[in-house]
Parts: sequence; C-alpha cells; structure tokens
Amino acid sequence: MTAARSARRGTLVAVISTLFVATVLAVSIGSSPSWPLVQKAFFDGTYFSTSLPAVIGAFAINIQLFVLAEILILPLGLLIALARSITSPAFAPLRIFATIYTDFFRGVPSILVIYVLGFGVPALRLPGVPKEPFFWALVTLVLIYSAYVSEVYRAGIESIHPSQERAARALGLTRFQALRFVVLPQALRRVVPPLLNDFIGLQKDTALVSILGVVEAFKQAQILKSANFNFTPLMTTALIFLVITIPMTRLVDRLAAKDRAAQQGGAR
Amino acid sequence: MSTTRSRIAIGQTTRMAVVVMAMSMLLAACSGSTASPASSVAASCVKEKLAVKTAGKLTLSTDNPAYSPWFQGGNEGATVWTGDFNNDPSKGQGYEGAVAYAVAKKLGFAANEVVWIQSAFDQSFAPGVKDFDLFLNQVSIKPARAEAIDFSTGYYDVAQGVVTIEGSPIAGATSIADLKTARLGAQIGTTSLDAINNIIKPDTAPAVFNTNDEAVAALSGGIIDGIVTDVPTAFYMRDAQLTGGIIVGQLPSASGAQEQFGIVMEKGSALTACVSSAVEALKADGTLASLLKLWIADKASAPALK
Repeated sequence: MTAARSARRGTLVAVISTLFVATVLAVSIGSSPSWPLVQKAFFDGTYFSTSLPAVIGAFAINIQLFVLAEILILPLGLLIALARSITSPAFAPLRIFATIYTDFFRGVPSILVIYVLGFGVPALRLPGVPKEPFFWALVTLVLIYSAYVSEVYRAGIESIHPSQERAARALGLTRFQALRFVVLPQALRRVVPPLLNDFIGLQKDTALVSILGVVEAFKQAQILKSANFNFTPLMTTALIFLVITIPMTRLVDRLAAKDRAAQQGGAR
Repeated sequence: MSTTRSRIAIGQTTRMAVVVMAMSMLLAACSGSTASPASSVAASCVKEKLAVKTAGKLTLSTDNPAYSPWFQGGNEGATVWTGDFNNDPSKGQGYEGAVAYAVAKKLGFAANEVVWIQSAFDQSFAPGVKDFDLFLNQVSIKPARAEAIDFSTGYYDVAQGVVTIEGSPIAGATSIADLKTARLGAQIGTTSLDAINNIIKPDTAPAVFNTNDEAVAALSGGIIDGIVTDVPTAFYMRDAQLTGGIIVGQLPSASGAQEQFGIVMEKGSALTACVSSAVEALKADGTLASLLKLWIADKASAPALK
C-alpha cells in the first residue's frame, strides 16, 4: 500500500519537475529576440523535408562503413588485448608493440589520422596501394577503434579474478585453455555494454570520412547547408544519427541493468 | 592564353604588385572626388552616416588563408595571415583585396580606416550579429542564400574551369563529353559542385572537399582526376599548388544566368544599398575592369569546353 503510493507520488513529482524544466527552457529560449532567426537558420521545415531524402541516401555510406569497421574491430581489438595480457618475457616485443599501438591511436585525434592516411598515403603513388577514400576511412576507423576496444577487452579480462585461472590450471587446463574456456567467456559477457558504447562512438565518427571528399550523410548536409546558407540539413543529419544510436544506447542500458541484476543474484 | 609562362617569379610578382598598388591608388583617387554622377554613391552613403560595427572604421573580413589571385602579397613575417600560400588582405592587393579598398574609398573610408578580421565561410552566414561589416570571399550570389544574408551587386562574373595534372585520364580532354568518366572534385559550398552535377553530369559522384587545399591534395594523390573551380583559382592551382598542373578548359554556365561573386553583409544590413551602389559606381567608372585586368588579366578565361 505505502510502497505503491510512494511510487505514484514519485512519478507525479518526476512528471511535474520535468514539465517545469522543459517549460523554463522553452520560454527562455523562445523569448530571445533572435530566436526567430535561429529557428529559421536551424529548424526550417522546408529545408528539413527537402534535405531528408538526400541525407538518408548518403547515410547508406555511413552504415556500410560502421558495419564493415565493427566486423574488423572486434577480432582485432581482442588480439591486441591478448597481446597486452601475455606476461611471458619471450613475448615482450609483442606486448610493447601493442602498448605503443593503443597509446598512439587512443591519443591522436581521429581527424588527423584520416588526413595523414587518406591524403598522404595515396600521394606516395605506390603500385597496388588503394587510393579510394572509403578504404582509408575504413582503415582509420579500424585502427583507432581497435585501440579503444582492445582496452575494453583488457579491462574485462583483468576483471576476472586470478583465482579463476589458477583453479582452471589446477584442473589440468593449459594456460591457453584456461583463457579460452574460463577467463574469456566471463570477460566478454562483462564487456558487452562498453563494447556497444564504443560501437555508438564509431557510428558517429563515420562522419569524419567527409574530410576525404566522400559524400556521406554529414557531408551531404554540409553541401545543402552551404548551397542555401541554412543549417537545417545538419539537424536532419543529427536526427538520423539519433534514430540509429538511441535504440542502441537503450539496449546498452538494459544489458548493463541485466548484468548488474545477474551479478547481484549470483552473490545471494 | 600563354603556355610558356607557367610560373611567375616571386620578384616579378612583387614588382608587379607595387606597380599595381600605385595604379589602383591612382584609380581610386580619380574616382573619388571628381566623380561623375554615374560613378558616385548617394549622399547618405558617407562614412559618418553609415551604421558600421566600429565608428569611423570599416570592418572587412575574409577566410584565412586568403588565396591568390583574390588577395595578394604581404604575408612575410605575418602572424595572422601566415603561410606560403596565404596573403595579407590589408595590403589591398589581389582582385578582392583591391575591390574591398575601392569600395571603402567610395564610402569615404581611407585605407587606414579599414580593419580586417578573419571569418570562416560558415560564420559569414550563421544567424545573428556578425563581427564584420563586409565579407569578401568569392561568395556566389544565389537567391536561397540571400534569405540568410544580404548580397551586394556582383563584383565579379564567374566562370567555372577544370584543372588536372599530367598523367590524369582527363589531361587531354577537349570536350565536356570527355569528362563524363572522370572522378571530379570540388570545394563544398561552391557553385563548382553545381557545375559538375548540372553540366558535366559525370558517371561517378563528385568528391566534395571542405577546402580547395584538400581537393588539390586529392588530385595530387590521384584520388580524383580533376578539380572544378572558378577559372582564376584553377590557374592559381596550376601555377602555384600543383606539380604538372594543366588547365583542361572552361565550362559554359548552367542556367544561362551569369554567376557572380557578391559582398556578404548581415541580413537587413543598413549598408547593403550603399555598398551595392559603390560596386555599381566602380563598375560604371571602369575601376572593376581595370582591377580585373591588373590582378586576373589573362587568367579570367580558359579554352571553352563544349
């Protein structure tokens, strides 16, 4: 009884406070004398509807790019994480290389890597080296996101208590078997939400390809923006990205909640 | 078009600039006080009565870097307009630089009352109050754009040209049909892109770059086969930015209407009418034609592609 009533009261308070904040925001933005100008420049109905088909059409490039990239990033990131996790002294060069790799590609702005690879490498005119901007955009995104994703994997692997591996070794599993059948299955389950998080980041970063002249959704919007001196097409692109990314962020939240529940259930 | 002079020596450029400066000053002086009715601006268009950003000063703006032949010279030791391909607009050289000072003069501003600031292309049409009075950056006049900002009367008739490099599949192209299979690129926000889509209609969708520099990098790297840009810029790319650059030719205008560059001002600016009349006056008294001859000369047109 009391619990139900307090839940109802909670909902009511949440609704009222949300409405209050939304109203204050709307009134304060709308009361600005230059709001009509901003509205016309950023939220124009006609420019929205005329830009929508063009931007959706161009978004196909973004989809191709992030799907292909993710397919390559997931295994590559895992390999790098494993390279960094190997403690054997003989593999020190591999470990050092993997560490430098992740440090470098997590530390350099993606846009710079795109510039150097996309404009620099083709200029070398090496026979057999692809020149297509799409290819170099893909390479850049794979290089950068593999570095991020490898760190996510590594955090997952390190979150598994060492006793798990020792127990597996005590049961007669080799080091590799312990990793393959005991540590990784648990680690991977744990890192699904952060991996999806990086996937969302990757989807948004596909807009960086535009630098190389590829007309993807963001570039298409920029073209329309500059042709008409109106920023609304950029808002159209924002909406399309949100349509793709919001369901994914919800999924991440749900998975994280499920994971938490499962862990708490396990600790009973 | 001379094919023997592919490069202009630096010393020659400087000497030419000095001569041109002197001539443009002379021109401006001639057209100032003793002007005929056709070449003077209305009495209300004088410095004291103009609603400028800073009283007594005319704040002009362009994007940084400022390229030849639109702006010319003066970047030695510069801290703002810095770099080999950059130019200091406050030197009043180059076609747009000279036009800017000629307009200022018509409105009663002396050269030392002109202030230059840098604005990115997008800033020039972002909503709200602008930092500049006038923005000159090879902006083509289009009705849709005039919804967001004010344009002066056009000060330059634009033609679009195609530039490429030796070894490119279109190096020997002589007609528009020869360009159909080419991978072409253009700078974003330019009517050059419209020219590719409406006139050439290539099989491969054009590459669209944020700046002309990136288009040049893509052409040099073989990512694209050619660049479409306004003809003077095409010559500049050939002469200064490309190794083995070739001018393929000039495209006919798409709609039949002559494309023009206009000076950008804030939407509803009180200056628009005065600036337009100043441009009209410069056109009427022959100043624009002289400046065109001085700064762009034989680089205003290329062999026509049909």
